[in-house]
Amino acid sequence: MSGSGKPRVAIAGTGAANLASVEALCLRAGVAAQVSDRAEDIAAADYAILPGVGSFGAAMERLSARGLDVAFRERVAQGRPSMGICLGMQMFCLASEESPGVAGIGVVPARIGKFGNSLPLPQLGWNRVGTGTGAVADASRSRFVKPGWAYFANSYRLAEPPPGFGAAWGVYGETFVAALEYYADPGAARPSLLLCQFHPELSGPWGLDLFSRWIGVKSEEGAA
Amino acid sequence: MNGTAIRIIPCLDMKGGRVVKGVRFKNLVDSGDPAELAFRYEEEGADEIALLDISATLEERKTAIEAVRAVRRAVSIPVSVGGGVRSVNDAERLLAAGADRVSVNSAAVRAPGLIAELASRFGVQCVILAIDARARGSAAKVPGYEVLIDAGTTETGIEAADWAARGAELGAGEILLTSMDRDGTGLGYDAGLLRSVVGAVRVPVIASGGAASPEHFLEGAEAGARALLAAGIFHRQELSIGSLKRFLADNQLEVRL
Repeated sequence: MSGSGKPRVAIAGTGAANLASVEALCLRAGVAAQVSDRAEDIAAADYAILPGVGSFGAAMERLSARGLDVAFRERVAQGRPSMGICLGMQMFCLASEESPGVAGIGVVPARIGKFGNSLPLPQLGWNRVGTGTGAVADASRSRFVKPGWAYFANSYRLAEPPPGFGAAWGVYGETFVAALEYYADPGAARPSLLLCQFHPELSGPWGLDLFSRWIGVKSEEGAA
Repeated sequence: MNGTAIRIIPCLDMKGGRVVKGVRFKNLVDSGDPAELAFRYEEEGADEIALLDISATLEERKTAIEAVRAVRRAVSIPVSVGGGVRSVNDAERLLAAGADRVSVNSAAVRAPGLIAELASRFGVQCVILAIDARARGSAAKVPGYEVLIDAGTTETGIEAADWAARGAELGAGEILLTSMDRDGTGLGYDAGLLRSVVGAVRVPVIASGGAASPEHFLEGAEAGARALLAAGIFHRQELSIGSLKRFLADNQLEVRL
């Protein structure tokens, strides 16, 4: 942690939009976030966030041009807290149907595909995030993301969590992964890698609660 | 549930950074601070905030950017901004100021490539195609709805459903469909217009223009709109978002409560 006691948060800024919203989320959580496209800033932060809108291919190109794909890969390997939002979540995977032939950061051994039903695309709006059982085996239940309403804006999604990852779920004509959790330290209370298909920064108090708990400014028991 | 909830979107028409009410584009009365209003709407259950900049001068447009910044800080739900967006630069300024999505209208009709440029640069989720349309009238050779631009003052001859389909193809992630016949009348959304456009595109459609009662909002959803937009009825506090959502839920619509 940095000297002031407050966590240092870096937001990877590679020309994608919605940085202002993520910055506003950090402000709301009481932390000052640094937007940076420099690998050393991403490496040095206590928490690093990869937001993203646009297309997989274009975003990965901008990311790897700055060496940020390597920076995030190293953070994950070292168990240092990282978050992906929307396209940012997808970029941590191996690849996406949206941009064939483009490699993602690759720490999540899974591929992103397009929704395969006839509902409007993109999915735009509020959908329920669930963490219950049903089709989901106990081992792959998420334990950090809580059920609630979240804002989604996506045409592509992860259909199933890979082994070793907890998942929160959504239903949009089909079941899809709303969030992935990975714990470098299996006993830790907070995931070292938290990937959200939804936009926590646009999901009202529920989103703020998730983020505040993840960066440790809010305890599990209640308000900070 | 099998999809997203139906969204209620209050629209704030802004001139020089202040919200104005009244029949759109005419007889404007200052209604208040956009950030305060937006904050109140989020508290009441709004799913998104739409800002429409109807500034006429460059000076007025500059204050609008500040208003976008203030609204962004005030709410934690999506904010879309439209009005006078003519270029990627215009969009970039708004997105940098805090808009999550931008809408384009007249400029897109004049240069449809703008939609593709915006989608390519920012993603389809960031691009809304706003379409103002009016029924062609009984004298028309072919029934349908004609697209109007320049705040409803210029006829294009283009069929709304065709333009919507083209816009979606070019990269608009959503259509904001306003009935110029119904806007400001309180007679309800134009269901015929809605159905014709909803049937032509795969992207979600936001209904706009004419809603004055909870029943109107229900009809808009039943006509296929995924989101329902209104302005004056909320600003004048004739209908609260909370009571509207409870009414819709009572009528079997999936809404976020």
